[in-house]
Amino acid sequence: MRNLLIKPNKENLKTFVIVGSFLIFISFIDVLFNTFFEINFTGFFPSKISFFAPLILGTAGLYLIRIEFSGNKLLDRVNANFNSSNFNAILTLLVIFALIKYVPPVLNWFIFDADFIGNSKDDCTSEGACWVFVKVWLNRFVYGMYPDTEQWRINSAFIMLFLLVGAAFFVPEKFKKYLLFFLLFVYPIIGLKLISGGDFGLKYVETGAWGGLSLTFIVSAFALILCFPIGMFLALGRRSNLPAIKYTSIGFIELWRGVPLITVLFMSAVMFPMFLPDGTYVDKLIRVLIAITLFEAAYMAEVIRGGLQALPKGQYEAAKSLGMGYWRMHFLIILPQALKLVIPGIANTFLALVKDTPLIFVVGLLELAGMVNLAKTNPKWLGMAMEGYVFAGLVFWIICYAMSRYSQNLERKLSTER
Amino acid sequence: MGKIIELKNVNKWFDKFQALKDVSLEVNQQEKIVICGPSGSGKSTLIRCINRLEEHQEGQIIVDGKEISENTKDIEKIRAEVGMVFQQFNLFPHLSILDNCTLAPIWVKKMPKKQAEEIAMKNLERVQIADQAKKFPGQLSGGQQQRSALARALCMEPKIMLFDEPTSALDPEMIKEVLDSMVDLAKAGMTMIVVTHEMGFAKEVADNMIFMDEGRIVEKAKTKDFFDNPKSDRTKLFLSQIL
Repeated sequence: MRNLLIKPNKENLKTFVIVGSFLIFISFIDVLFNTFFEINFTGFFPSKISFFAPLILGTAGLYLIRIEFSGNKLLDRVNANFNSSNFNAILTLLVIFALIKYVPPVLNWFIFDADFIGNSKDDCTSEGACWVFVKVWLNRFVYGMYPDTEQWRINSAFIMLFLLVGAAFFVPEKFKKYLLFFLLFVYPIIGLKLISGGDFGLKYVETGAWGGLSLTFIVSAFALILCFPIGMFLALGRRSNLPAIKYTSIGFIELWRGVPLITVLFMSAVMFPMFLPDGTYVDKLIRVLIAITLFEAAYMAEVIRGGLQALPKGQYEAAKSLGMGYWRMHFLIILPQALKLVIPGIANTFLALVKDTPLIFVVGLLELAGMVNLAKTNPKWLGMAMEGYVFAGLVFWIICYAMSRYSQNLERKLSTER
Repeated sequence: MGKIIELKNVNKWFDKFQALKDVSLEVNQQEKIVICGPSGSGKSTLIRCINRLEEHQEGQIIVDGKEISENTKDIEKIRAEVGMVFQQFNLFPHLSILDNCTLAPIWVKKMPKKQAEEIAMKNLERVQIADQAKKFPGQLSGGQQQRSALARALCMEPKIMLFDEPTSALDPEMIKEVLDSMVDLAKAGMTMIVVTHEMGFAKEVADNMIFMDEGRIVEKAKTKDFFDNPKSDRTKLFLSQIL
């Protein structure tokens, strides 16, 4: 048996590489023609063999070019990375075949067969996606039901935010803390006032009209900023030596972690007002923000507690031995290290939070995904669900990927190990 | 010179296990005491009780005129006067060596940053690692880290220094550089309590030796007497094994 298999060797390198490459080439061509022209080269074989023919030919080809230390850099790299054994060769081939088979149709739907021009569903004549739908509804997807004439207010609020964040990268270290203070405590009030209006000659826009991507940003940003400190104190509370604080924290965390967000939101809309004295009214959006914040704070608390537990006892002892009390020890020594350790976990929770925002539809607030949901039920635009959800998914992905990259950068920047 | 630390009949339990049994001890200002004994004998527990990293259940511990107990409101103030060097260095890895040294003076003693940095550099000079001030602990060797930890403790300008096996986690060739810094400190007149197995160091700097076993002080003697004619058999056995 051993003699039947030709052992590729260095002496006949050229022959092996040519024959092997040819076999691999044939296998790719076979898949290509099969997929796009429905021509089956290997149709003369029995159907079972014909089905596996590209895989068999490709594997044989990869076997033939698997020559160690061939001296050819490209060949060596291919062998080391994609072709180190027969099993890996088969996996490589399957992945390539899948790409050949499935990427082009997806691209066709997305771009080549898609419609971009027009104003109504009737303009979508080709087989691909009808991006006209997204184009026509884009304004609603971004601003919700916010009045068209007032949208400059949302724009300027967000432009201001971007300018502030951008400035944070350039101002000298000394002013950074003032900027951060402004960003965390002053800006949110200005921004909210600008968008909600009611004063300074700005028309009042009730929160029910807010929506779309801008609402996604507003809800996410507030919940992110608020849930972090609350989670931090809950984490410390859960590790406290004082029983009252400890068990309150445990109770709080376990309560919020134990219920689905959608029921929490529902209760914030229906039950929360019952606890308020008659005549007081708390805005729907604020109730939702409180609910999401407390819900995510419970998760945040457990993530941060993980970091606290990972720190060696010696860090606490060293801080104590230098005369630091509880708060100094935690804010100067323990939390900076613990938070750095759990950046991936914090990022995870933040991403989950952003992706949980669509659930606010249960109280009638429609952010991006909610607006898509609404638009696809419009009688003039029936059957556009796919385009709408793909668009919403893409936007969420971009937001989340940006956050993920930022967290990775932060991790690298804060790393003080060698 | 007056006494600065006084322990009277201190008892300490970890659950059922009694770690310290009726320990009494007086330490005078500028006195250097070396505590030795087999592992588990309570040496570390003893010095950790002095700055209340461990809590004792019975007896009195008086540091610089103030009794340490669960009623002590400002334990932080006492700790600020008692420096400690740990076996595992316990430097703060997220801060540079300089920041490790200035953090507590700035935040606990409310010292201006500039002054804290001057004191830090002076102490880093003293342990001969001033050139490493901007590096992070992870970038230094074990010996350098332990000397940084010593400098960090000295920056609080403590009245007493506690050493909990400061060289046990070090490679043999790094032990000397740390001991040298400790000898310098002893010569400068610091009150020191040192838990260590380095008998050469003990002979050089200690005024008094303490031998502990099973939570008791078995023998306390002048350094020369301790090594030349130990009284208890347990001490003799221990010394014969370690020397």
